[in-house]
Amino acid sequence: MSEQSTGAVQADEPRPALKRKDNRAWWLVLPVVVSVAFTAVIPLMTVVNFSVQDVFSPVDRVFVGLEWFRSISRDPEVRAALVRTLLFSAQVLLLEIPLGVALAVVMPRRGLGVSVALVLVALPLLIPWNVVGTIWQIFARGDIGLGGWTINNVLGVNFNYTLDSTDAWITVLLMDVWHWTPLVALLAYAGLRSIPEPYFQAAQIDAASAWATFRHIQLPRLRGVLTIAVLLRFMDSFMIYTEPFVVTGGGPGNATSFLSILLSKIAVGQFDVGPAAAFSLLYFLLVQILCYVFFTVLTRSGR
Amino acid sequence: MADIRLEGVGHSYDGGRTWALKPMTWTWRGARAYALLGPSGCGKTTLLNIISGLLTPTVGRIWFDDREVTGVPTAGRNIAQVFQFPVLYEEMSVYDNLAFPLRNRKVPRQEIDRRVRQVSALLGLDEVLRRRSRRLDPGRQQIVSLGRGLVRPEVAAVLLDEPLTVVDPALKWTLRSKLKEIHRDTGHTLVYVTHDQTEALTFADEVVVLNDGAIVQTGEPAELFLSPAHEFVGHFIGSPGMNMLPAEVTGDIVRVGKSTAGAVKGDLPPGPVRIGVRPEFVRIAGERTSPGVPARVTGTDRMGAYDLVHTRVGEHQMIAKTEAGSSHEPGALAFLHFPAERTFLFRDQVRCGSLAPLNGRGEE
Repeated sequence: MSEQSTGAVQADEPRPALKRKDNRAWWLVLPVVVSVAFTAVIPLMTVVNFSVQDVFSPVDRVFVGLEWFRSISRDPEVRAALVRTLLFSAQVLLLEIPLGVALAVVMPRRGLGVSVALVLVALPLLIPWNVVGTIWQIFARGDIGLGGWTINNVLGVNFNYTLDSTDAWITVLLMDVWHWTPLVALLAYAGLRSIPEPYFQAAQIDAASAWATFRHIQLPRLRGVLTIAVLLRFMDSFMIYTEPFVVTGGGPGNATSFLSILLSKIAVGQFDVGPAAAFSLLYFLLVQILCYVFFTVLTRSGR
Repeated sequence: MADIRLEGVGHSYDGGRTWALKPMTWTWRGARAYALLGPSGCGKTTLLNIISGLLTPTVGRIWFDDREVTGVPTAGRNIAQVFQFPVLYEEMSVYDNLAFPLRNRKVPRQEIDRRVRQVSALLGLDEVLRRRSRRLDPGRQQIVSLGRGLVRPEVAAVLLDEPLTVVDPALKWTLRSKLKEIHRDTGHTLVYVTHDQTEALTFADEVVVLNDGAIVQTGEPAELFLSPAHEFVGHFIGSPGMNMLPAEVTGDIVRVGKSTAGAVKGDLPPGPVRIGVRPEFVRIAGERTSPGVPARVTGTDRMGAYDLVHTRVGEHQMIAKTEAGSSHEPGALAFLHFPAERTFLFRDQVRCGSLAPLNGRGEE
């Protein structure tokens, strides 16, 4: 009390070291903390909670430790789905990145064509996932779908995605390429547009071929946007759910049963919340690790 | 090392409504160093891009000696061009950057190596040859860009588009003397675009002044300074620029208001003119002189080595450069004398005559 009163007496002296800190501004962060806690942290903790328990009913549960993590990581069905999902993501990246870059390179750089091309390319991105699934489910059908019918009757190839697992895989893959290559193309286009004109002029003066111009001027300057494109496309394809769910439902057999589809089967279909919780935590961890690896590799390789 | 001849070359970006470059005929002679001087947006870069073939002119024809190159693409012209900021193949080493133009032209490997080492020795890049080009400082990067132009044998001309903009001032002098040295050693035709008069005047054998898409004067640096053919040249070259003072020609006498500035040399129809005289040549005196124009002193800038005395003649500011330590008080009346041989008359911005001594006539 005595210290406080001396402080008040000497208040007009310039002694900033003694000035009390006012921490009330921290209260301004509270709304964010509350909403994040309510929507993300607490639900995640529920998942963590489930993952270490065997839940028979809301009132009847047993602590099982890391049992679910052990059994999920050894489960052959989960492992098969993991391999399938990794393969799918790899194919998605290998197709969409080069295709998107190629598309961006041939898109017009000036004139009316710019807006036309942008709108046309962006169109698939505006369609909701489940609608894309429905479109392709019908499109690829052999009897009434234009695509499926053409393959069967014009090209004469027997194609049926509901019976043949390769056909189902190709359908889902093509659908993803159709839906998401535009995203890569738009990102790459933005990257290409940011290259100053003198670079192309210098290439002309140096008699660089179109390929050499692409290889030595355009590609190096796409590194940044392509890093983002790879990360986005990896995460999204690794967690793909809606489209295969609508088109193939994970089948035929489990040919297109990716991790997310298997997870939702365990969680919602069988209501095994314990294993499902362990599964989703492992899934989450895997996405984080792979993204970190991609990001590190892509940003380090340029140095 | 060819003569580059422009025959009625002009360029319009909007189909002929306005000319970025008005049709002109002009020859860049081989092995000379030119400075292309002019303000931003006067068509300098357009002219350069036409020479290098990055731009096809709307009208006119271009010749390299006896070869017409109007329709020849850039790669076929053997022109080296350096841009305002360094343009490098960033992920390549300095060596690969220098070798790139030759590799694209399928030059044999030993020949490439020989040329690259020659140029790198010339430009002093030997110790950074293996480094990644983007790790160099901007000055070095600009030298590498220049090297990519010089590495090709038989380059017709080297075009430099304000190449020292990004280089820090201390390095500018070094680079500029390097460029001069290279020009002396290689004998390339050099066209150096700049809007910096010091750069132009110290660098070039010949200065070409461009304004508003047209060449307004060409000549050696001293010539542009001493006898500008256009108001723009007078204003643009010199620091401070030429004084311009509205006057009237009656008979063969040039009058400013009621006082006489001098006689007209040769024939000039009567009417309004503008007197142009550099601050360096204005003589300022406290007493009445004849011929002389009365002026009011408004202030003096002490520049150290010299003084700049600011005065007003009616509404118009006139500056006189005097020795340091001049004693013209603000508000005092002074008389400005314009020496005949260094004072010019301009009509519609173009030089139309010069001042002659009065020889005792004309004073009322």
